[in-house]
Amino acid sequence: MSKATDTQSDTGESGVIESVSGPVVTARDLDARMNDVVYVGEEGLMGEAIEIEGDITTIQVYEETSGVAPGEPVVNTGEPLSVDLGPGILDAIYDGVQRPLDVLETKMGSPFLDRGVDAPGIDLETKWEFEPEVSEGDVVEPGDVVGVVEETVTIDHKVMVPPDFEGGEVVSIEAGSFDVTEAVAELDNGEEVTMRQEWPVRKPRPSVEKKTPRTPLISGQRILDGLFPIAKGGTAAIPGPFGSGKTVTQHQLAKYADADIIVYVGCGERGNEMTEVIEDFPELEDPKTGNPLMARTSLIANTSNMPVAARESCIYTGITIAEFYRDMGYDVALMADSTSRWAEAMREISSRLEEMPGEEGYPAYLAARLSQFYERAGYFENINGTEGSVSAIGAVSPPGGDFSEPVTQNTLRIVKTFWALDADLAERRHFPSINWNESYSLYREQLDPWFKENVTDDWDEIRQWAIDILDEETELQEIVQLVGKDALPEDQQLTLEVARYLREGYLQQNAFHPVDTFCPPEKTYLILTATKTFHDEAFDALDAGVPVEEVQAVESVPQINRIGVQEDYEAYVEELKEDITEEIRGLY
Amino acid sequence: MKEYQTITEISGPLVYAEVDEPIGYDEMVEIETDDGRTLRGQVLESSDGIVAIQVFEGTSGIDRKASVRFLGETLKLPVTEDLLGRVMDGSGQPIDDGPEIVPEERRDIIGAAINPYSREYPEEFIQTGVSAIDGMNTLVRGQKLPIFSASGLPHNNLALQIARQATVPEDDEEGGSEFAVVFGAMGITQEEANEFMQDFERTGALERSVVFMNLADDPAVERTVTPRLALTTAEYLAFDKDYHVLVILTDMTNYCEALREIGAAREEVPGRRGYPGYMYTDLAQLYERAGRIEGRAGSVTQIPILTMPGDDDTHPIPDLTGYITEGQIYIDRALNSQGIQPPINPLPSLSRLMDDGIGEGLTREDHSDVANQMYAAYAEGENLRDLVNIVGREALSERDNKYLDFADRFEAEFIQQGYDTNRSIEETLSIGWELLSSLPKSELNRVDEEFIEKYYLEDDAETAEVTAD
Repeated sequence: MSKATDTQSDTGESGVIESVSGPVVTARDLDARMNDVVYVGEEGLMGEAIEIEGDITTIQVYEETSGVAPGEPVVNTGEPLSVDLGPGILDAIYDGVQRPLDVLETKMGSPFLDRGVDAPGIDLETKWEFEPEVSEGDVVEPGDVVGVVEETVTIDHKVMVPPDFEGGEVVSIEAGSFDVTEAVAELDNGEEVTMRQEWPVRKPRPSVEKKTPRTPLISGQRILDGLFPIAKGGTAAIPGPFGSGKTVTQHQLAKYADADIIVYVGCGERGNEMTEVIEDFPELEDPKTGNPLMARTSLIANTSNMPVAARESCIYTGITIAEFYRDMGYDVALMADSTSRWAEAMREISSRLEEMPGEEGYPAYLAARLSQFYERAGYFENINGTEGSVSAIGAVSPPGGDFSEPVTQNTLRIVKTFWALDADLAERRHFPSINWNESYSLYREQLDPWFKENVTDDWDEIRQWAIDILDEETELQEIVQLVGKDALPEDQQLTLEVARYLREGYLQQNAFHPVDTFCPPEKTYLILTATKTFHDEAFDALDAGVPVEEVQAVESVPQINRIGVQEDYEAYVEELKEDITEEIRGLY
Repeated sequence: MKEYQTITEISGPLVYAEVDEPIGYDEMVEIETDDGRTLRGQVLESSDGIVAIQVFEGTSGIDRKASVRFLGETLKLPVTEDLLGRVMDGSGQPIDDGPEIVPEERRDIIGAAINPYSREYPEEFIQTGVSAIDGMNTLVRGQKLPIFSASGLPHNNLALQIARQATVPEDDEEGGSEFAVVFGAMGITQEEANEFMQDFERTGALERSVVFMNLADDPAVERTVTPRLALTTAEYLAFDKDYHVLVILTDMTNYCEALREIGAAREEVPGRRGYPGYMYTDLAQLYERAGRIEGRAGSVTQIPILTMPGDDDTHPIPDLTGYITEGQIYIDRALNSQGIQPPINPLPSLSRLMDDGIGEGLTREDHSDVANQMYAAYAEGENLRDLVNIVGREALSERDNKYLDFADRFEAEFIQQGYDTNRSIEETLSIGWELLSSLPKSELNRVDEEFIEKYYLEDDAETAEVTAD
């Protein structure tokens, strides 16, 4: 939604400012509905009506309000906060209300964000080559695809009949070069389909039904794919204290997840992190297609110092864009970093409204808002008959790293995958510092058939083996803390040794190493088999009377930790297994 | 300009006045008291007919007869390159008896956010000469890296050492942009202030510094303005005058206390521990004013200092700071009592921008591996110390003992260096290899084999396990 594309802004009612307090402004005599977009003050700052009491309307303003005074006008657009949907969303970077940041830089002529400058979410002048997929005389319904344009090298953008159209017979359609506002198809009832649609961000786009997700979203991260997988259409939360690697994990997912489209929402986080994404993604290759990553990515950057109300809306902007591509039949993954900042934005606005606070000052509707957001994820049958998915992965930043706080708790009640980041692991530079005892994935069983069919038959068995060893290690560590490792029986010492390789060679993964950063499921599996070979051979040797020190000293075993960095890992693992077997058998 | 004598309520740092014209949010206000003093303030809330004003100098002496003038503009700071070498109070008035400041421009102190699209990713290594920082938590230009300290710890010495020694090795050769320090003090004691000023004068740093001083007995409300003045100056010097600016803000805890005071006076719904719910946003608006901008030569690097109440890093001030800044440096009480200078504990410390600022062509090819390995080894040694207390050293394996020795030597040789020693990155890394070479090669699983070949000191290894290959 933007002033630049809105033709009705002059017809709306207008009022006057009554009071100003930070991002919250009240206006008198404004005939607005809840969530209508309004323009505030002489400068026309964008805002949204969030409370109506008598003839006083309370507005949250998406820009700085310094200098705005009572008596200045407020104009209502009569439209809810909406996003522009159409080709041009990918490879773009937006603020929280879908203003393209690159366009803002040009328009403002300054690297600093000025106020009252607006720009449409998608460029209105770019011409796109339209290829029809239906012919004159065909009947189309809402949601149906009438043609495609090549949005980026990776993605064909399907031009759909908007969901709020009636549909009918196509009376005119032809290939050619169009901008997003020109009609590409005309229907017999007079409706004109353009490439551009508008959709209110707080309203989910319609679908036929939500299905059970059965395909994993492969992330290339061993601990995620191997132990705590997320499904395409699934939901996940990554809570962790500062410095535990939330953002790196989110970035890794954005880079390597095998989704068709990535929507990355930087919600109230650091400016430099967004810059890193902007600089890196055009250079990096999409592992699926080999094209630049940006060709499948849309970025929403509302950094912590940008206006707080726009932070509240950026999550909705992101998920609406995700749903739009889902409607085309794509698998979309949305990363929200961080949902805590979003919740805090709600808290800040709520406290300025002097609402009765719930837990820790958060508004009482916090849980409802969080679940509404995550419920917009899922594996869907779309209204045009295609299937598409939106996977939502939200980082959570609990104060003091305490998971009992409201945002983490309310999130955990909804999401089905929980990747718990751990400050202790991070301090030991165990990355990704995902705690394997606390994390869980409820998708594990429903995704096993896929892994068995596409990777290996014994995927679930060897995973269980690894989990058992790690569980045993956790128990043994408690004893070790009391009596020392050498006081344990030999077989337990050996279990600890195996667990150490699982931790160092399997669970740890170097996001900054060119090879190790992405680990296909086959490699994830092979690392486990190599570790298990060591486990099986070592225990056989122990049974045959070989002292545990000698088993531990086997020279080839530490190479398990180097499988991750091998490009030609299959041959390496094969050879390594042979070496381990040979060396250990040589001991007895 | 209209004058009002319409004050209706005075409460803590706030004054409420009736007005009959629209007054802008954040607008500047002057209040003249009976005894002829002029106090400055800012509009916190503006409604039809009544405004809330926060008075920087405190409200004592104001009565209902005091006259209120609205200046029609938000708080602006006169900026010029001539600010270098000057000392100002916490609200930007010169206190060094120097000449009048002739401004080149007047800048709004509530800086606009840098467009993330216009930023340039920081990746130029700053050599601070402190091993625990350069080696393990590298600082880069445009970063915001706070020092998490606590009462009674020598964070000021560390900040001064960094301010004295910080250089970018390449620039020494090429003669790049000039370096400047902007120092913003909030609520520090006169004694601390003297310490800083004497050091600046002793080392000649003052002439390339701009100092804003709000002392412990200055009005608390003024502290909410001081860091904004410092950062506005820094942005001007960096992005208009091409300086590389290091901003030291101390003590952020006092700043946050001032925020809480204002919040309480306004009867706002408090967040955690009584701090306002918008403290995250407020702090972000300060910390995010660090960075680099594409096409501009200068940079703003921030080192805010905060003292953690009760040494507790889950307290809202360090907690929110840690979520905004790009890492943190912990000053450690135990290391300090051991006499380690500077007592930096590298384990909880972190520099998020380190990975892109180091390595071949920037520092040295093996830097990242060495840092990772030392972390892991020191963490392991630290972990074992608890165990030693219970079972004694004899009960531990040879491997464990090596790690314990490593941890001890790491503290005594790597972290310990004194406040006057300036180590180059080469020196730092070679101390690192000396220490790592006390471990068997097979334990160095985070270091590339190629670097082990090149840098591992074999002599030391003789004492290590014979099985090392």
